[in-house]
Amino acid sequence: MAIELTSDAKHFRDKIAILSGEDVSICYQCGECSASCPYASEMDLLPSTVIRLIQLGQKELINSQCIWLCSTCLSCFARCPQSIDIAKVMEALRQLNLRKQKYNMDLGKISSEDLNRLPQVALIASLRKLSG
Amino acid sequence: MMVSKMKLFMFPGCALKTTALGFEASALSSASCLGIELIELPNWNCCGTVHSLSTDDVMHHLAPLRNLLKAQEVDHDTFFESNGKLVTFCSLCFNTLKRSSILIRENTDKRNIITSFIEKEEYPQFEVSNFLEILREIGYDTIKNKVKKPLKGLTILPYYGCMLLRPKEIGIDDPENPQVLEDLLTALGADIVDSPYKTKCCGSYHTVANKRLAMNLSYKILNNSENNGANAIVTSCPLCAFNLDNLQKEITQVHPSFRKIPIFYYTQLMALSFDLEDESLGLSSNYVDQKPLLNKLGL
Repeated sequence: MAIELTSDAKHFRDKIAILSGEDVSICYQCGECSASCPYASEMDLLPSTVIRLIQLGQKELINSQCIWLCSTCLSCFARCPQSIDIAKVMEALRQLNLRKQKYNMDLGKISSEDLNRLPQVALIASLRKLSG
Repeated sequence: MMVSKMKLFMFPGCALKTTALGFEASALSSASCLGIELIELPNWNCCGTVHSLSTDDVMHHLAPLRNLLKAQEVDHDTFFESNGKLVTFCSLCFNTLKRSSILIRENTDKRNIITSFIEKEEYPQFEVSNFLEILREIGYDTIKNKVKKPLKGLTILPYYGCMLLRPKEIGIDDPENPQVLEDLLTALGADIVDSPYKTKCCGSYHTVANKRLAMNLSYKILNNSENNGANAIVTSCPLCAFNLDNLQKEITQVHPSFRKIPIFYYTQLMALSFDLEDESLGLSSNYVDQKPLLNKLGL
């Protein structure tokens, strides 16, 4: 039996496709991305599950914690037999939050000692990925 | 390739001027020893640190592209003399600069938006390289000929991390089994150990807001390298170097049996094996002091 998506679900799926530039419909759930992800053991949803939920237009996905853990290490992309750049998909999910001021870090909570000690690349990268 | 004198534009990036001073000092001194003159890009700015991944986010490509364009305009002679090559050291700089340089070459729509925004007719023609690629071109035999003090007794895990190798289109070597660091370090007289973690993420920027997460990832790399018999780790990324070195403080608290292991930049070991002055090695700023191991090995 075919799965019928609601127009809401289709909208979410298409929005991710436009933002990421990736076609997740070609994923056949081999699981290589989840097996390769160094953050998988810490995630609430595995990368391959994220892709499946996008295929099904499940927009609650943007509230999952795993999207903030992906550091764009690209282990998944290097091994995906369908060449889906999952990091771009994760970025699209983050962007849907960030563009509504839903951030995942609070610069005010970082001690001044850490601000002086941490490499600038780490600070800028985390601000770019986790805040607006 | 035999080199008598080579002139190259260098993009240092913020890390080489702050937390990775030893990387810059040893890069300049060892390059000079190989007949490479590195000319710092005039008025460089932040590379952006991470490549913009959203299709509609064009703005964040400006920082890396401005660097490339500026160099082209400021110093045409050096641009041509360096064969249009810009050398990077930090893996994040390499990744963002190279990805943006390819994007503007291949994506006509985005190129038009960017050139119109910055009101320029031309767009950057630079070829972004990593210093490890330059060393590979020079040839490991040439490098070996410069070695005065072979690194006997150093058993090294060459740690690559992510941004030097992935995505495949810009990586400098095989993303699954890279060998550039192995080949270089072997030429310097060191022994090599392998590890399945040599291309795994160190925790990256999570070291800022989620230190425990970064620590867990770095611990796996550090612990596995020791179990495989390494007495040192070599890397080319200032963020990896920071995490692998500094997080050992927290790791020792959580895992009391963990033995600390020193982290080096490959350029520091080049300078050491070329027997250059101590100051040009820049060995003073790490949390885990590298000197006791070098003293023990008589290096």
